[in-house]
Amino acid sequence: MEIIVADGLARTFRSGKTTVSAVQGVDLSVNRGEIVGFLGPNGAGKTTTLRMLTTLLRPTAGTARIAGADIVTQAAAVRQRIGYIAQAASASPKHRVYEEMHLQARLHRMEPTLARRRIEFLLTQLELADLGHRMACTLSGGQRRRLDVALGLVHEPAVIFLDEPTAGLDPQSRSNLWEHIRWLREEQEATVFLTTHYLEEADALCDRILVIDHGRIIAEDSSANLKQSVASTVVLVEVDGDAASGVVVLEGLTEVREVTAMDGKTLRMSVGEDDDDRVVLDAVTALRAAGLEVRSFSLTRPTLEDVFFNLTGRALRDGAGV
Amino acid sequence: MSTIQGTSVLFWHDLRLTLRNPVWMLFAIAQPLVFLVFFGPLVTRTLGASGLSSHNAWQTFVPGVLLQLSLFGAAFTGFTVITDLQSGVLERLRVTPVSRTALLLGRVLRDVVILLFQAIVLLLIAIPFGLRADAAEILISLAFVALIGLSLASLSSALGLMLKTEESLGPLFNTVLLPLLLLSGALLPMSLAPGWLNGISRVTPFRYVLEAVRSTLQGHFAAVVVAEGAAVAVGMFLLAMFCGIRVYMRQGA
Repeated sequence: MEIIVADGLARTFRSGKTTVSAVQGVDLSVNRGEIVGFLGPNGAGKTTTLRMLTTLLRPTAGTARIAGADIVTQAAAVRQRIGYIAQAASASPKHRVYEEMHLQARLHRMEPTLARRRIEFLLTQLELADLGHRMACTLSGGQRRRLDVALGLVHEPAVIFLDEPTAGLDPQSRSNLWEHIRWLREEQEATVFLTTHYLEEADALCDRILVIDHGRIIAEDSSANLKQSVASTVVLVEVDGDAASGVVVLEGLTEVREVTAMDGKTLRMSVGEDDDDRVVLDAVTALRAAGLEVRSFSLTRPTLEDVFFNLTGRALRDGAGV
Repeated sequence: MSTIQGTSVLFWHDLRLTLRNPVWMLFAIAQPLVFLVFFGPLVTRTLGASGLSSHNAWQTFVPGVLLQLSLFGAAFTGFTVITDLQSGVLERLRVTPVSRTALLLGRVLRDVVILLFQAIVLLLIAIPFGLRADAAEILISLAFVALIGLSLASLSSALGLMLKTEESLGPLFNTVLLPLLLLSGALLPMSLAPGWLNGISRVTPFRYVLEAVRSTLQGHFAAVVVAEGAAVAVGMFLLAMFCGIRVYMRQGA
């Protein structure tokens, strides 16, 4: 059941004489209960797309519906149904944690008793229970991030948008937050849409990943499928003997995609990620049968970095690179 | 949730901070207070030398100080909007169903309430210096202060949303507000000015409001000046509200 649908979403920014096409026609479809990630370098258009979906920015073209409500003509209905946790801290620094939570609850028209219970529950769940009376500016980085999450969840939204949820957090806080995000889907049956430029995050959390670059979605699939279809496991085998003859041997194996002799002694193969261990064993067996003794081998499985590189010719970490 | 309810929720939420730290409210009256205490006695004596009694002189001068407070105090609202915008607080509020108008009004009303409090403090301090005014005159003057405050706070908020940085907003106010304040006749009545200056003054809105408050404090409620000032103040208010609400609704477009 589709809960987020976007069709040709686009956004251009004009500044003086320059026009920047931040988002150039994004189509996407997310089903209820999915955790979907937008993966791309900085400047790819992730945050802009997110801000359009959360009604903060009007698209210059295209449409989108969230939980059945149009983002332009039914913005208030969209806002009622979504939670948005932005990259920046969202709690007013001088206000107390309880005050901010209660404000959110009231703005979402929550009934007071329900609100109180929900706030207690969320603060406990997010390990902020003793901090209710503290001012937001006195919290640590991790605590503030969890408060941001709590603020976005007060009204039990069906769809939750997270923009770079763990950017700037230490590893402990990061994995804790990942746990919370998983819990959102499991316990709350929420749909989660997040943006990230951390591939471990996309790998760890997302059912499906939308790879975005220069304002366009260039690939869309589960992490495993992306790695399999777009990239391969690279196997290096060092042999005692003439590597060139090894090439012929290995080309005979069906699962091997590509073989080259890198120098006199080393063979390089690409194999599909599926069952790559077995293929390597077959390869070694075949080489030994042909009289080539294998001295060592190594396997490098594809990462999303490889996927991105194969799709765009650039490294994810290097950023958009204008 | 109606706009009124939303405004009320946001108003009290913000006011709570002010009530927790009330001392901050008094900082903003520092500058008008300085004018009152160090310039007031000088200008009122000068005015007295030209025939005005002491009471009348203060009734002529104090409205100028009130206008100074209103202009610069209410203009500050834009900076708080920019702070909230840059910190992410405003974004978070905008993804709730609360009406955009309530976002503007909650903020503006809070600042106007503070402004009125500050105006009362200034008036109270002016009394030992020589100001004489009864309750009705004070209330009507405060009504003018409120209208100016609402207008300026609303415009300032809209500008803050559009310009987004303090470096853009600050210089704008510095270049615009001071000339407008002087041209209103705040320090000395424009009737004393040369023809050309008086002429320019007539094209600025605050002159009429100032003359209206002067007339009020002198006890002449029914004068034409008061009606003129009221019309200008209400007109400004309506225009400012319209612009402010429009910007708040369209922001992000």
